[in-house]
Amino acid sequence: MVPLSWYLIFAAGLFSLGLFGVLARRNAVAILLGVELMLNAVNINLAAFWRYGTITNMAGQVFAIIVFAVAAAEVAVGLALVISVYRRHNTVVADEIDMLKW
Amino acid sequence: MTTETLIWLIPLPPALAFFLIVLFTNKSKALSHSVGVGAAILSFLGSMVVFFRAVSVEHLGEHPFESSIPWMPTGDTWFNIGVLIDPLGAAVLFFVSITIFMIFLYSVGYHNFGQPAGDHDRKGLPPHGATVEEHGHKHVVPSVEPMYSRFFAFLGLFAFGMYTLVVSDNLLTMFVGWEIMGLCSYLLIGFWYGKPSARAAAIKAFMTTRIGDVFMLLGIGLLYSVAGTLNFREIFGNEELMHTLAVPGATLFGLSLAGLIALLLFIGTVGKSAQWPLHVWLPDAMEGPTPVSAMIHAATMVSAGVHAVIRMFPLLSLDHNTMGVVAFIGTFTAIFAATIAVAQNDIKRVLAYSTISQLGFMIAALGIGAYVAAAFHLITHAFFKALLFLGSGSVIHGMEHGVLHTGNHSVDPQDMFNMGGLRNKMPITFWTFVIGGFALSGFPLITAGFWSKDEILADAWGHGHLVVFLTLALAAFMTAFYTMRQITLTFLGEPRTKEAEHAQETPWTMTVPLMVLSIFAVGYGWVGIPEDFPVLGGLVPNWFHDFVGHTLHEVPEAVEFSWAPLLTSLGVALGGLFLGWFYYRNVNSAKEDFFQIALLKNKYYFDEAYDFVFVKPAIWLSEVFTYQWMDKGAIDGFLHIFGPTTGGIGGFIRNYIDLPVINKFIGDGSADVVQWVGRSLRPIQSGRIQQYMMLSLVVLVVIGGALLYFLLGL
Repeated sequence: MVPLSWYLIFAAGLFSLGLFGVLARRNAVAILLGVELMLNAVNINLAAFWRYGTITNMAGQVFAIIVFAVAAAEVAVGLALVISVYRRHNTVVADEIDMLKW
Repeated sequence: MTTETLIWLIPLPPALAFFLIVLFTNKSKALSHSVGVGAAILSFLGSMVVFFRAVSVEHLGEHPFESSIPWMPTGDTWFNIGVLIDPLGAAVLFFVSITIFMIFLYSVGYHNFGQPAGDHDRKGLPPHGATVEEHGHKHVVPSVEPMYSRFFAFLGLFAFGMYTLVVSDNLLTMFVGWEIMGLCSYLLIGFWYGKPSARAAAIKAFMTTRIGDVFMLLGIGLLYSVAGTLNFREIFGNEELMHTLAVPGATLFGLSLAGLIALLLFIGTVGKSAQWPLHVWLPDAMEGPTPVSAMIHAATMVSAGVHAVIRMFPLLSLDHNTMGVVAFIGTFTAIFAATIAVAQNDIKRVLAYSTISQLGFMIAALGIGAYVAAAFHLITHAFFKALLFLGSGSVIHGMEHGVLHTGNHSVDPQDMFNMGGLRNKMPITFWTFVIGGFALSGFPLITAGFWSKDEILADAWGHGHLVVFLTLALAAFMTAFYTMRQITLTFLGEPRTKEAEHAQETPWTMTVPLMVLSIFAVGYGWVGIPEDFPVLGGLVPNWFHDFVGHTLHEVPEAVEFSWAPLLTSLGVALGGLFLGWFYYRNVNSAKEDFFQIALLKNKYYFDEAYDFVFVKPAIWLSEVFTYQWMDKGAIDGFLHIFGPTTGGIGGFIRNYIDLPVINKFIGDGSADVVQWVGRSLRPIQSGRIQQYMMLSLVVLVVIGGALLYFLLGL
């Protein structure tokens, strides 16, 4: 069986990819994509820990499914926000969306 | 109605009249005096019924009319108050009710009822007269008193106090009546409160009698603590108690308890009856509406003081030391006041000092144990002195008429040297005044004053008090002298001023009381003629001695007849009267009067001495010591130290702590720090979401690294 660490390294890599996307990309849609990658990396971790931990304990799987649901909702809200911002400011570049500034 | 119920009711009508007048009828002068006089008549009738029922009872002394009700719970027992009419009470009630009735009637005329309101009369000042137009020409007539109703209200309250005092069966309610009269005395002396002299006299009378009253209250308290009751008959009838009280030397100065109590009560009398040294208020009390308050203060109310001592006589007679003090004060006052009266020119002041002197006679009589003589003189004196005071008021009223006629207000209508020859102008006043004056002088055989004064002298002689006898005889001589001086200066000779020429007889409301009282001033003496008096003795029984004497358990023996006191009193009365007439028939002004000696004229400087010893120090104490030194100096000074000190501390705190430290350092400082922190942190709030995330990542890494390092030790 593939050792647990492989999954974890893979998940960490995927997380880092997502994080890089969130921090480095300028397009807000791309940032959302990065967030999705990070969530999925977490899901992999959850599934892996479940598989290698106590199989009868379903918490890991259940948690992963809750994350899917939350991620789906988050994407829906996020994309709606992006469209709304685009309509107002005619841009989807994150640097230019600085309405939270003091 | 039983007699007891009737006695309960006697004091009530005047009290009701007081409240009725004050609350309802004070707007109407006619209604007010009707209520007042009506109440006086009711009480008078009640008193007469009680008196005649009392006279017809045999052995009233052993079985007096008495009735009491429980009033106040005192621990296990009740304090009872009630009424008592024993022979003494009945005799006093008789003259009190007559004189009070006469005062009420006389006031109607004295205050010019029925006359028009004054042109510019003001409340609190005597009426100045009103101008009326008659048959085309104007002239000035007396005007009605502006506060007419108020006067009758006060009189009613006064009558209530006097009746309460007379019918009381215990010292406490007696003291209540006593104090009510003290209040009324204050109100009536200060009735014309617009005059500063009246205000001062009212305060003086109140303060002076208060001194006596405080001691009297102490005496009452002491008696109650010893005896457990204040009822006269319970105390005097309790032989065991009387023996305890009589143990000599039980208290201060070798006095027995009875002596000390009697002395304290006697000091109350000294104040009320204006005996030396508390006599100073009575002459000043003449500031009140002339005859009426004068009569209250001189004929009626001051008698209350003597009445109180007569009541307490069984207690007083237990200690010969106190008796000695009483005899001394009375005798001294009698001669002392008589000498002053000789030098007074104000018609009322002569009578005021004469009153003090005559009250001294009574007190002296009590001091030598002449119980019946004192009571007898009390009653005869009340009649003829009331007559004299009302007569003097009538004279003044007549003179004021003259003053209004001439319009010369600089003439004092009370100065006897402005009078003269009034016998033709005011015949009724003249004859009644002569009757009163002769009674006061003790004109032999026909006047009441002779019998009562003779009895006092006879008692002094018969009991061997030679000094008292000689002093009183001298005082009696001076009494006759100054009385005749007064009559001569006022009524005889020719008018000395235009005002006296135009004096006029007073209305019937004033002359009727004079005539009624002059009947008693003569006739009342005949009820007390000693049994063994030559010729006259035995013609009428010595009713007064038998009747009043039975108030005491041991009926006092009448002294044996002796020629010495009789001849003395004949001599002093006739001699004084003759000399008074002989000397003053030719004196026309104060300058020609030999007796205008400064020492006497200024009443032995007692007012000045009291002013120096009591009033000045009291004023000094309040003005200089309390106000200047204590209040302004010590207290204000202390506060003045306090003020700047606290001010300084406050300033220091403000300037050196509050402003620099609190405001600058903490207040402004914290704001500055917050502002600086805010300004410093402001750049990180860029609004760029990726920067935030970068930052949180960095922080996460740093904190996470630190946690790993420190917690897990990696």
